[in-house]
Amino acid sequence: MYDKTVRRRRAVLGLLVACSLILLTAYFGESGSGALHSVQRGTSEVLNPVQEGASRALKPVRDLFGWFGDTVAAKGQVEDLRRERDRLRTEVANNEVRSADYDRLSKLFELNGALDLADLGPKTGRVIFQSPTVWYATIRVDKGSDDGVQIGHPVINEEALIGRVSEVFGGSAQVTLVTDTTTKVPARAGRRQEFGIVEPASAGNPTDLVMNFTQPNARIRVGDRVVTRGTEPEDHAASRYPVGLPIGRVTRIDHEGTDTQEIHLRPYADVRSLDFVQILTRPRGPDS
Amino acid sequence: MTALTPQLLLRLAALGMLGVVVQTAAFSQLSIAGANADLSPLLVMAVGLLCGSLAGGAFGFGVGLFADVVALQTLGVSSLVLLAVGYGAGRLREARDPEGSLVPLAVGAAATLAFGVGFALVQFLLGVDAPVSWALIRQLLATLVVNTLLALPLYALVRRWLQAAMPDDKRRRRRRAYTTGGLSPLSRGPEIRR
Repeated sequence: MYDKTVRRRRAVLGLLVACSLILLTAYFGESGSGALHSVQRGTSEVLNPVQEGASRALKPVRDLFGWFGDTVAAKGQVEDLRRERDRLRTEVANNEVRSADYDRLSKLFELNGALDLADLGPKTGRVIFQSPTVWYATIRVDKGSDDGVQIGHPVINEEALIGRVSEVFGGSAQVTLVTDTTTKVPARAGRRQEFGIVEPASAGNPTDLVMNFTQPNARIRVGDRVVTRGTEPEDHAASRYPVGLPIGRVTRIDHEGTDTQEIHLRPYADVRSLDFVQILTRPRGPDS
Repeated sequence: MTALTPQLLLRLAALGMLGVVVQTAAFSQLSIAGANADLSPLLVMAVGLLCGSLAGGAFGFGVGLFADVVALQTLGVSSLVLLAVGYGAGRLREARDPEGSLVPLAVGAAATLAFGVGFALVQFLLGVDAPVSWALIRQLLATLVVNTLLALPLYALVRRWLQAAMPDDKRRRRRRAYTTGGLSPLSRGPEIRR
């Protein structure tokens, strides 16, 4: 009895396996318009309405499950989106910084081109420190004697002259700004290139410089550009500042036409927000 | 081995058809944890455990064939793999007769795994040009987890559906005797010793 049962079981199993393999082989081997494909398509066509009806009938169940699934997924997505938002915020901030850096550097190189400063050995440096007190208008840049920087080298940013190197270290240099009370820059202004000395109008005022020692009859008007003179006033020797670097624009003239007239100018460079600067390491040209 | 009465055959056929229709109309479109539950191996496993290897194998073959027809898949792939699943579950019942309440859960997981791996294997043997990616394995594992969770309730439903058509088997009789009191050999121990 047991043997008969086992034999029957094995026979059925073998038969079903054989059926499966025959089906598989026949189906796989025949073309799309073959008999098995046709039977399959016909059966599927007959069952389509059943499936459609079942699909409609079970839609609420699907929706219910879908709602649960969506809720769980949405919760997960909220966390993911929060993380992504934080990452993107950081990325945007970094990009903004890079974009600003790029703009400034572009302007810096534009100024190089406009003023033909390439021969003056410009070294681009990043501002790594800015004096926290208004009494010392100084900054520190990440270029030093290792890069050929020396004391007295003029420093510009993308807009204008901003100062000169006052201390040099191996990998950095201290720059005293034009707004520092110790700075004096030989300059010229107006159509007739009137000479004078530019210095800060007052300590801690980065937006007001004054041009002193001009001739009483100097023809300087409000709005005139003030640039570096290129020579020292005493002996007409070459100045540490090359000729023609922009400094600022005349804003007002006090005691006009007298020996004590003061020509006030607003510097082009905003020395309160400096990121990149260029140190002119050959201020007297390629042969210096 | 359970005798296949006409009533049982009818119920099995209805179960298989209903299972495949529900699977294609509802469960295939339900994404749970990134995977779809697959009722076919669970149904086949349940029938195999309840009715034995012959019924399980035949039911697996039928369900697989019907699923292949409905889903317009290569005929014979699902039937071959589900036949093995049903036969295996049935043989487990016949050879070991496991009685633990969590047996359907473990066998359901094994059936799902066997079906997933077997199906993939046959597909590869047929020359389906798909690389074994991590996504595929993840999908298989997710289906395994979902099916394992569904195994116990589905087994209970199938048992309830087939119970009326199944002849009273020895195991059920034995359990009923233990729970109705007085007939268990353990409770009769002192009496026997005397």
